[in-house]
Amino acid sequence: MEEDDFNPEVVKRFMFVNRKAPYGTVYALESLETVLISAAFDQDVSVVFADDGVFQLKKGQDTPGINMKNFSPTFRALDGYDVEKLYVEKESLEARGLTEDDLLVDVEVLSSKELSKIMAAQDVVISN
Amino acid sequence: MKFGILVNEGPFTHQASDSAYQFAKAAIAKGHEVMRVFFYHDGVNNANKLAEPPTDDRNLVKLWSELAAEHNVDLVVCVAAALRRGIKDDVLAPGFRISGLGQLIEAGIVGDRLVTFGD
Repeated sequence: MEEDDFNPEVVKRFMFVNRKAPYGTVYALESLETVLISAAFDQDVSVVFADDGVFQLKKGQDTPGINMKNFSPTFRALDGYDVEKLYVEKESLEARGLTEDDLLVDVEVLSSKELSKIMAAQDVVISN
Repeated sequence: MKFGILVNEGPFTHQASDSAYQFAKAAIAKGHEVMRVFFYHDGVNNANKLAEPPTDDRNLVKLWSELAAEHNVDLVVCVAAALRRGIKDDVLAPGFRISGLGQLIEAGIVGDRLVTFGD
């Protein structure tokens, strides 16, 4: 995938925390690239969606009007990269009037308290 | 301790790059190793040697180059993010190199801590 010939024996727990809306800034799009690369390194990867980041998983994103590519289908492909741990913060969903049915992939909805426990157990947390 | 650093914002607009630079200097001064600084998103603009801030302002691009020269810090710019923003080899300041996101993940694996600077 990349030019790296680095072949790690070590498996670390990587958590990516998405806190930004999918459009309006480039963070969500570029951060998704990082998730995909980390999976190629055979790491133990999880992805969190919190704050406006929960909008990244919203069904029915209709983007041609803002001249942006709808990259949300990529989230459906994460499974194929063995990225299966997708966590959504309950409070963020509720504050935005969303439910699990509004999301385009299967996720685990956790309270911020439950999430913080999982976060504390990570080796690397990359937040955007 | 072995540190990796991730810089997600451009220089001059945002404090993140300055904080990352100060953190790297402080860590090295305390005897720690900064194995790599990885520049992503608008952070890739830290590598642009064409940047010319007013003389009474800090020149962050130059400061990074000096840090790399003095302490052998690996300054890596993400290729995809760089190309999107016009950062190519011909505008790359000394000490920087362009590579892939794998270098960020590697810093996370090899380093004891990966510290992110950004919003």
